[in-house]
Amino acid sequence: MRDFKALPDLAPPLVARGVIGWARENLFSTPLNSVMSLIVIYILYLTLVPIIDWVFVSSVFLGDDKTACEGITGACWAFIGNRLPIFAYGSYPAAEYWRLETCFVLLLFSFGPQFFEKFPYKLPLGIFSLTLFPVICYFLIAGGYFGLEHVETEKWGGLALTLMIAYVGIVAALPFGVVLALGRRSDMPVIRTFCIAFIELWRGVPLISVLFMSSVMLPLFLPDGMNFDKLLRALIGITMFQSAYMAEVIRGGLQAIPRGQYEAAKALGLSYWKSMSLIILPQALKLVIPGIVNTFIALFKDTTLVLIIGLLDILATVQAAITDPAWGAVATEGYVFAAACFWVFCFGMSRYSIKLEQKLHTGHKR
Amino acid sequence: MADPVKTQSKTAIWNDPTFRSIAFQVIAGVAIVWTFWALFDNTMTNMERRGITTGFAFLNETSGFGILMSLIEYDETHTYGRTFLVGLLNTLLISVLGIFAATILGFILGVARLSRNWLISKIAAVYVEILRNIPLLLQIFFWYIAVLQTLPHPRKSFNFADSFFLNARGFYVPGPVPESGFNIVLVLFFTAIIATVFIARWARKRQDLTGQQFPVFLTGFGLIIGVPVVIFFILGAPMSFDYPALKGFNFQGGITVIPELIALWLALSMYTAAFIGEIVRAGIQGVSHGQTEAAHALGIRHNPTLRLVIVPQAMRIIIPPLTSQYLNLAKNSSLATAIGYPDLVGVFMGTTLNQTGQALEIVAMTMAVYLVMSLLISAFMNWFNNRMALVER
Repeated sequence: MRDFKALPDLAPPLVARGVIGWARENLFSTPLNSVMSLIVIYILYLTLVPIIDWVFVSSVFLGDDKTACEGITGACWAFIGNRLPIFAYGSYPAAEYWRLETCFVLLLFSFGPQFFEKFPYKLPLGIFSLTLFPVICYFLIAGGYFGLEHVETEKWGGLALTLMIAYVGIVAALPFGVVLALGRRSDMPVIRTFCIAFIELWRGVPLISVLFMSSVMLPLFLPDGMNFDKLLRALIGITMFQSAYMAEVIRGGLQAIPRGQYEAAKALGLSYWKSMSLIILPQALKLVIPGIVNTFIALFKDTTLVLIIGLLDILATVQAAITDPAWGAVATEGYVFAAACFWVFCFGMSRYSIKLEQKLHTGHKR
Repeated sequence: MADPVKTQSKTAIWNDPTFRSIAFQVIAGVAIVWTFWALFDNTMTNMERRGITTGFAFLNETSGFGILMSLIEYDETHTYGRTFLVGLLNTLLISVLGIFAATILGFILGVARLSRNWLISKIAAVYVEILRNIPLLLQIFFWYIAVLQTLPHPRKSFNFADSFFLNARGFYVPGPVPESGFNIVLVLFFTAIIATVFIARWARKRQDLTGQQFPVFLTGFGLIIGVPVVIFFILGAPMSFDYPALKGFNFQGGITVIPELIALWLALSMYTAAFIGEIVRAGIQGVSHGQTEAAHALGIRHNPTLRLVIVPQAMRIIIPPLTSQYLNLAKNSSLATAIGYPDLVGVFMGTTLNQTGQALEIVAMTMAVYLVMSLLISAFMNWFNNRMALVER
């Protein structure tokens, strides 16, 4: 009797594995697909090669003035390197840069750990970054106390100002948004009507008109002799505007919580605020994390609008630098740099929200 | 034994929910009214001190400033009321143009992201991730300053078939000049639109009753586009073109599209298209695969499945967020101020406000325009939602 012995498996044909297999599967599966792939590859060749050449190959990275970039066809990154302190800190006095740098480092230390799964003291650091950190930074940056030289808000600028506006907006808009959302779902008609009117009014108008209003109208609204700083007025406008959007996002979460949760909280004898803060809001906020982060991203991008009312954020400093004749035609380099700064923050936030969503996606998973 | 009625504890008045609710509301109401009254009072005293008279009389005063671009006749001798109208029309123009381009580009992007071709879907994904994470204002500046202002001078402008010219001063296209008889074509065109609406209604009713389908799209297309075009040529093409031509230092004749409009249009539509692309992708993915399988099991072919089963259900998911994107686009068009496109915020809240100082009235009017616009769109959205919502048993 002969033993049955299976032959070893044949390897899959060459055309079905490796790079060739992948390309057949993904690029050339049908004749139409093949044609489209070839066209796209050709277009990519036509566009990407000059772009790479412009960015990396024929560009200049080092230099102190215009002469470094004379006669080149690529990007003049030397301009960015030369103006980096202005883009980062605006016209803040150079001798006091250490104050802004301290704030950056503090921000990194209190926020950085949040991106890691296991890091000691994450919660205290998070609470610190939302409460004590803004206060410390304000006193550090504005000065005037503890022997620090006072720096007027007119001199604040650059990326530091952009981050500052975004941070204050985010920290202030979330609690305001929660209160407005709760008010909109309240049983008390006076409070509900007020919240609906407030939310719909701000959501219905463009942010730029809100900023115009806060810079032109706010002085009219206030009693004589009382006036706010320009930066503070912009901050008030942005916070009002974004908290209305935040309220709508959170309302979506509140509506998604089943009635049983409200009733169960009541049955346990919890008061309104206790049932909201212990039962409803933790679940609702978790549900709408993507929406909340989207609002944060929108807020971060919207901070650029403050340049229209004359604050010098990073975009405004770039605008000023590229019109400076000291450096010739460097508009594209300037905008690419500013765009890259914004992109890093916004893309980072959206990735973080996806991660957070996956981590917190516990109760409703099937 | 104690009387049971007496042992029953009475709720203290400050623990009574009804009382508390009323008390809260009274306090809140008083606080709100007091705040608004204080603001109003401050405003009135401040305005009186600055010598600003309230009221809308300024709308009839001569404005005394020119506007870069106007869809209606306008110059310095017209009134502020006319300025408002010019700004409003410019805002509507850029909104309509932007919505049109963003929708087309957005749908292409959404479909491309779902393409089975790896390259195409990745390119769409990269486009979306880059464009929507960069502030719109920056994109507007980029197009306006880094691209359009570096175009050549009028003498060296890009020339397309001797009738379209692109240079740093704008884009010059031939302007159509209707001649006698063109009105007939226009009348036919609008009659065809109305007729198509009625045919569509009739066809739907007939399909509901008998199940027979009627080629509404083809008929409508033929009526709206085909018939006017044929009549146009039968009448001997009653339209001539006014071609732009270089005279001196600039182009004369034709239609000039100012660079501000081009920059704003490019930036707005490319930015919004990234969001619309994501909405379209989510909408198509939101239709469960069972629907496709069920349609195939019923023997419906691939294309009718797409047209009759997938797209209508995807549209139900797509349209509500799509309208809010349209609204965003309309509101974002106010960024025009930054590059000097004369939109409502720019000419009215900017120049007019600076000249007259009528802050209260002007801000209120501008905000009212945007509020009305958003209320109209949300009213449409609610109507559409009610119409399209799943009717469940």
